[in-house]
Amino acid sequence: MSGIHTRRDFLRTSTAAGGGLLLAGTLGGQVLLAQTTPAGAPTAGAATESLSPLVFVKIEPNGAIRIYSARAEIGQGIKTSSAMTVAEEMDADWSRVTVEQSPVDNTIYGAQTVGGSRSTPASWDALRRCGAAARAMLITAAARVWQVNENECTTERSVVTHWPSRRTLSYGELAVRAAAVPVPDATRLPLKNSRDYKLIGTRVANVDNRKIVTGEPQYGMDVQLPGMRYAALARAPRRGATVQSANIDTVKRMPGVSDVFIVTDAAADANELLPSVAVIANSTWNAFRARDALQIQWDETRAAGDSWSSYEKQARELSQREGAQVVRQSGDVAGAFSSAARTLEGFYSYPFLSHAPLEPQNTTAWFRDGMLEMWCPVQMVDRARPAIAKLMGLSLEKVVVHLPRIGGGFGRRLSWDYMVEAAVLSKRVQGPVKLVWSREDDIRFDYYRPGGFHALKGALDAKGRLTAWQDHFITFSADGKTPVGVGVIDTADFPIPVLENTRLTQSLLPLATRTGAFRAPRSNGLAFPIQCFLHEMSAAAGRDHVEFLLDLFGAPRPIVAGNANSTHAGRAAAVIRLAAQKAGWGRKLAPGRGMGMAFYYSHSGHVAEVVDVSVSKDKKLTVHRVVVAADIGLIVNRLGFEQQAQGAVMDGLSIALGQRITMERGAVEQSNFGDYPLMRISAAPKVEAYSVDSDSPPTGFGEPALPPLAPALCNAIFAATGERVRTLPLSLSGYHA
Amino acid sequence: MLRLKVNGTERVIDTELDASTPLLWVLRDELGLRGTKFGCGGGFCGACTVHINGEPARACQLRAVDLAGVDITTIEGLAAQGGTLHPLQQAWIDHDVPQCGYCQAGQLMSAAALLKKKTKPSDADIDSAMAGNLCRCGTYQRIRAAIHAAASKMGGKRS
Repeated sequence: MSGIHTRRDFLRTSTAAGGGLLLAGTLGGQVLLAQTTPAGAPTAGAATESLSPLVFVKIEPNGAIRIYSARAEIGQGIKTSSAMTVAEEMDADWSRVTVEQSPVDNTIYGAQTVGGSRSTPASWDALRRCGAAARAMLITAAARVWQVNENECTTERSVVTHWPSRRTLSYGELAVRAAAVPVPDATRLPLKNSRDYKLIGTRVANVDNRKIVTGEPQYGMDVQLPGMRYAALARAPRRGATVQSANIDTVKRMPGVSDVFIVTDAAADANELLPSVAVIANSTWNAFRARDALQIQWDETRAAGDSWSSYEKQARELSQREGAQVVRQSGDVAGAFSSAARTLEGFYSYPFLSHAPLEPQNTTAWFRDGMLEMWCPVQMVDRARPAIAKLMGLSLEKVVVHLPRIGGGFGRRLSWDYMVEAAVLSKRVQGPVKLVWSREDDIRFDYYRPGGFHALKGALDAKGRLTAWQDHFITFSADGKTPVGVGVIDTADFPIPVLENTRLTQSLLPLATRTGAFRAPRSNGLAFPIQCFLHEMSAAAGRDHVEFLLDLFGAPRPIVAGNANSTHAGRAAAVIRLAAQKAGWGRKLAPGRGMGMAFYYSHSGHVAEVVDVSVSKDKKLTVHRVVVAADIGLIVNRLGFEQQAQGAVMDGLSIALGQRITMERGAVEQSNFGDYPLMRISAAPKVEAYSVDSDSPPTGFGEPALPPLAPALCNAIFAATGERVRTLPLSLSGYHA
Repeated sequence: MLRLKVNGTERVIDTELDASTPLLWVLRDELGLRGTKFGCGGGFCGACTVHINGEPARACQLRAVDLAGVDITTIEGLAAQGGTLHPLQQAWIDHDVPQCGYCQAGQLMSAAALLKKKTKPSDADIDSAMAGNLCRCGTYQRIRAAIHAAASKMGGKRS
């Protein structure tokens, strides 16, 4: 898998030819600081127009600085924070910085995929070194002008100063000269101490704000090309059904329609190119209208029978016994249960979810002259591009992909099925074609977060301490042998590693529906049963939940011995204490009002959340306030941190309250925001985000704040009402916002 | 042929349009005004909010052929001639409201319609006026703050 480059890969790629991370050239009087070319020589001749894709940082003689952001921007803020990181080490004047999305080319930019909250940690070193190299070259250029020692020069806000003589030269003035400076070995350049940061850690607004608020076209959905056609697909509603026949000739005669055909491509993955009929038209609306006029006879002989109601029933039956597969067994679970002062059981379930980013899936593809050019909102561009090249029988360089700003990701765009569809269509259309999914398409043909069921059992000793933990996890399988990739339990999840007696088993339900990563994959489901059941245990023991959790974590250490990436008990305790303190944990609340706490560690982030909720007699929930306390290492952009906290809370509330994908006879039943509700502004609580001071390298925050929300809310409802909800969404138990 | 008055300018659409064609797709595909966004096509999300004679409306739910002679304002027409941003647009920037940004044109159009009616809206006014606009990223808290800030800047007195 080439999706995630390690830092080592990045540096190796970068230094392969010329020994330096950056090189300089000139282009029309501008200075380009770019990576080494394959030739490895920093010659002016190499810096032609065609070199521009190699550019990370460009300084113009007037002092304007352009920084290119390589990773896809899905609203997580990487375009802003990555440029901040480069600018910090460069000592660039941020007010003169503009940021642009770089071209897609892994050989130049390394990994460009976004997912798993990895963009920040994976790019952190390379981006800083890029900025440091640029700064070093500017200093060298200034020192040469003044004929002074470089050590006597400092930089600040795009100006080099020679302190002994108080002379200054701006980056703009130095731009052309810096181009002639040999490229330093960026791996040897000193990087700033975090104490000296001026930009990193501050509140920096989204660099695309002006374009967004003025409605400038910048999303994949906005792509318009001369002569472009519009496409819509009618996909088989039932998984596994195929097209038998359709009223193709009738629909072809509809106004604006240029082609209607059954989509086939022998080379395409059947999971990515669903059986479908395509309509090509002269506008989106005509494509949609013609698509709706299609009458398709589906061959359902091999259609799947996926049924949520049946899964629920089967899971309840299975929960009465142990799972067939043992995932983990430690200590003497039976002994701990038989000698327990108290045992508890709880059957938890959570449904399938759709990502529903607000920009529906789309791709514009233009197949011509043996090459394919695509504009696509995709998170996993590093894998999608080679996959499309392979499918089309083209070499990688013949597939040019443009990354627009993306209207939300949430994991949906880690799949590239819409790109496969558009590529296949473009071959037939022989001109630019924009494939647009309707919202109904988006919700019905997702790669869903799988649901799950947990039959939990816990034991308490006479002192109210948790002595044993048992989980029979009922999940889904596509092959009948192993769980789907995102439907797995992790033996490293708290509290498993801190307990002596544990037993995890699992059962598999057959599934044909597509599944995929959803914001905080795995954790987004598991946090709910685990963190709620822990609260059931502390409540049964009559102990304060915060004290119970802190006691369980014990001494500061990685909770899996020898695994530095596992939950750290000290960092966990710190965020739990911080959340409790900020929330005023333990204070007396009015009847019908309660606070709930949950902790979860995912994607390198330790996060505790406290939800403060009132529950009315008719089960209306008023969330007054949510406190998010996190340790994600050093924070690059404080505004980005707050935004992700607010966004994760809203996402978590939508999930907890009303979102549910169900399928019957292999077809998904929901179709739009009417039956798949997102939270509206009236339900938006006040979200406060706090961080633990940290000098640890930064990690991403797109995901870790989501998992604790649902359990914190359900724990708060218990505190307010005494009702323990073990099934999501809460709407099934009569709760509403 | 269809004539529409969009952002103060008469626009002529030569393409033969089916009578069912929503304003949304005429704006986007025919007139190139792509700031108005397609989010759901069903009037649930508000990403396509425009002003029809000053009132907020969902462009995906209006037939373009019914709109001859009415004043249509889109996000591209929210700033003043010459590019000076509407106070709400500036407040959106100052409060760093957008995340992915896809819903924000619709949010801004709903907010602008609100401030025309209520110069100093309460939180409840905001919740009610903005109820039709979904944000998948969860920017509501900042939307609220930005509307209050813009209202103060515009010198609104509590109505």
